[in-house]
Amino acid sequence: MQDTLIKKIFDVDEVRRDFPILNREIDGKPLVYLDNAATSQKPVSVINAISDYYSRYNANIHRGVYSISMEASAAYENARISVKEFINAASEREIIFTRGTTEAINLVAYSYGLQNVNEGSEVIVSELEHHANIVPWQVLCQNRKAHLKVIPVNEKGELVIEEYKKLLSDKTAIVAVSHISNSLGTINPVKEIVRLAKAKNPKIAVLIDGAQAIHHTHVDVRDIGADFYAFSGHKMYGPMGIGVLYGRESLLEAMPPYQTGGDMISRVSFEGTTYNELPMKFEAGTPNVEGAVGLNAAIDYINSIGFGAIEEQEKMLLDHATEEILKIDGIRIIGTSQNKASVLSFVVNGLNALDIGIMLDTHGVAVRTGQHCTEPLMDKLCLPGTVRASFAFYNTKEEVDVFIKALKKVIDILK
Amino acid sequence: MTQLKSIQETEEEITDEFSFFDNWQDKYEYLIELGKKLNDYPESERNDDNKVKGCQSSVWLTTTGSNGTIDFKADSDSTIVKGLIALLVRVLSGRTPDEILNAKLDFIDKIGLKQHLAQTRANGLAAMIKQMKMYALAYKAKQQN
Repeated sequence: MQDTLIKKIFDVDEVRRDFPILNREIDGKPLVYLDNAATSQKPVSVINAISDYYSRYNANIHRGVYSISMEASAAYENARISVKEFINAASEREIIFTRGTTEAINLVAYSYGLQNVNEGSEVIVSELEHHANIVPWQVLCQNRKAHLKVIPVNEKGELVIEEYKKLLSDKTAIVAVSHISNSLGTINPVKEIVRLAKAKNPKIAVLIDGAQAIHHTHVDVRDIGADFYAFSGHKMYGPMGIGVLYGRESLLEAMPPYQTGGDMISRVSFEGTTYNELPMKFEAGTPNVEGAVGLNAAIDYINSIGFGAIEEQEKMLLDHATEEILKIDGIRIIGTSQNKASVLSFVVNGLNALDIGIMLDTHGVAVRTGQHCTEPLMDKLCLPGTVRASFAFYNTKEEVDVFIKALKKVIDILK
Repeated sequence: MTQLKSIQETEEEITDEFSFFDNWQDKYEYLIELGKKLNDYPESERNDDNKVKGCQSSVWLTTTGSNGTIDFKADSDSTIVKGLIALLVRVLSGRTPDEILNAKLDFIDKIGLKQHLAQTRANGLAAMIKQMKMYALAYKAKQQN
């Protein structure tokens, strides 16, 4: 009993031992992995869970009557229950496994969108969005002769909520915005965004792209109040190729299937087909069982560290990096909101981001450069691209120092 | 006037130069040096017509043809890409269209840059080579007409 009352002490060196890849060297230098917003590294528990699945109980699921198939089915459905609890959904029927955030958004755009967006309807996105939360809506709008409306950002990289209020109208069918910006790290006021949409018209569906939020902060979908919330396993220390669409059950029930085939049907004849119940209705074909198993292990891992410790460590890293980088001449940080996740996007006067990225790699430092799949945002900010360092809880203050020292050297060489 | 070395000889020369460096940092620093030394490209030529688009860097490429050979002039907003341009210009400028079209350019592989650079579309290296060969093809077609 007493054990549960003792707060586990966060020890970054201990945590790093869980991630085998962090021991890698690049050209003789220790890898400093600062591209966590693109994908996160995997703890050994996730790697082992996948290996264990293939070593002990790999079988196709939901239909087999033999032991290992039933074990695999149970593991897959247990992962769904874990996800439900992790994001506080009302029921596991609200948890649809997808390939990732992109597929989850496409599912909503094609299934809910084609059913509910009509000629003259409006879909609202924001200037901060990743292409994955722009293009599906753009295509839907073209298809339906509907209009795409865009919430602008201010010079700090924050959404201008006053402008959003003006965009909400009787024609608004869907609002789709990110929880956290992948390029700038801005944390958007998603609860407020949902509240404003619902106040305008309860029938407006709100989708939150949570790809950049799910691993940084505790997400409670019922507290946020969105109709849909999408995220990817690989950003949250789980495997690639698995993601989640949370959807409000009443909406999912009314939506047509997105893809058709096996597992999503109830009965098939040449005269007609009836569909399976939720969530299977949206999971045609053999699903990604290894992905679900790995995702479940990743959720366990996050819970064992705790969001309190994760947020504290990531804030320390961001604050330290921000302070140190601003001491370098010619640096401009892009995205200066007070509400920021551990993403540091910047430009160096007169230097090309690609050159900086390539040269940092020669010091073992992995960062992302370019437009970060947010071309409209870069156009708005009149930037050809930025250098982006993004931190995870397993990064250390010393790694930030290596990055800053390398950056100074790289700038000297390129100038 | 000194005899222009063959494509083969020039590629070997470059491979030799890069063999002095045993790590990536030095190789890239050499490319940066070459990039910085690349002659000034006329501002007026930095237009959309001459642009070869890479995902993360822009390249501008112009050509002049005389006496059956082609000269290349190019620029980029990335110094490393400019270094690559300097190498390509050194190998391919002053050649006939057939020489350019047949050039294997395996020096990129030999100096180890292929593995590092050609696998990502970020730098536009492949697009640049393709564009140079396209010019050679167009010039050849014009000559034959």
